[in-house]
Amino acid sequence: MGILDFLKRKPEATASVARERLRIIVAQERSTRGAPDYLPMMRNELLEVIKKYVHVDLDAININFERDSGHEILELSVTLPEGKQAAKGENKDEARTG
Amino acid sequence: MTAEIIVVTSGKGGVGKTTTSASLATGLAMAGKKTAVIDFDVGLRNLDLIMGCERRVVYDFVNVVHGEATLKQSLIKDKRYDNLYVLAASQTRDKDALTMEGVEKVLDGLSEEGFEYVVCDSPAGIEKGAHLAMYFADHAVVVVNPEVSSVRDSDRILGLLASKTRRAEKGEPPITQHLLLTRYNPARVAIGEMLSVKDVEEILGIEVVGVIPESENVLTASNNGIPVIVDANSQAGQAYSDTVARILGEERPLRFVDVPKKGFLQRVFGG
Repeated sequence: MGILDFLKRKPEATASVARERLRIIVAQERSTRGAPDYLPMMRNELLEVIKKYVHVDLDAININFERDSGHEILELSVTLPEGKQAAKGENKDEARTG
Repeated sequence: MTAEIIVVTSGKGGVGKTTTSASLATGLAMAGKKTAVIDFDVGLRNLDLIMGCERRVVYDFVNVVHGEATLKQSLIKDKRYDNLYVLAASQTRDKDALTMEGVEKVLDGLSEEGFEYVVCDSPAGIEKGAHLAMYFADHAVVVVNPEVSSVRDSDRILGLLASKTRRAEKGEPPITQHLLLTRYNPARVAIGEMLSVKDVEEILGIEVVGVIPESENVLTASNNGIPVIVDANSQAGQAYSDTVARILGEERPLRFVDVPKKGFLQRVFGG
């Protein structure tokens, strides 16, 4: 790259990237808003347990927390990898607290 | 009569909370409302500089809370507007200098003194100072820049306003939330380098109450200790005037959100 190119270089049109990243992270953070503080740690410990049996990473575990009138719903979903042992697709598990 | 309490907050630092608090309070006073503006940033007092009264601070917010001075002694009367007063933050390093009861006492005292509006300039972050600044509010102005970390933090703040405030805890009607977009650069938005008003509104799910364009006049105003709203010739000043009018219930179209069309001379000579 020549000096002229360097001087002429303009920032890229990155607003659309920012918009998409924000959409995802804001939606994710809203879904766990008001949830107990132990959720992230519980997620990590669950991951350790699951890892004993199948190879998954943190992104495979989704935690959703909802508060209805009078009761709270904690929804865990683990996406298992495609493979010989693991069943393909989603394995949903619902636990109720509160 | 009870004063309307407005918190100016953002989560992220450096987005223009103090600039906004100063202009908002001054604008309310210009509209004839008896207004006080309080700096909640204990340890990092700055509102006094932006309001241009830094050399007249004798007693501060913490002195009133601790009963070391009366409210009347601590309120600094503005040089330009008779119905505008500043309550400076303390420079103490003691983070627990402010208490919930103390803040409530000061706000009640301001109502008794006949104040119609109290503007609370929140510190950055989501810790005690920010919590106290928003707790008693009736209205919130969430200041946001068209930038990823600021937008994310304001969403966090909107969540706290809806849950960790007196109105929320007592089940009263919720705080009125206003989103104020500052440091907006229409030229950069036009070429896709910056999030647009619409982008920010859609991501946060709330409409803006005003858009303040990025402007050199903001720095000039703070250099001089004159809130930028006083500068009626500047775009930022005019945009703040519009914002205050909207908060007071007036309808005004957004200005300075599009790239100005170039005149003939500008097209010929550039610029």
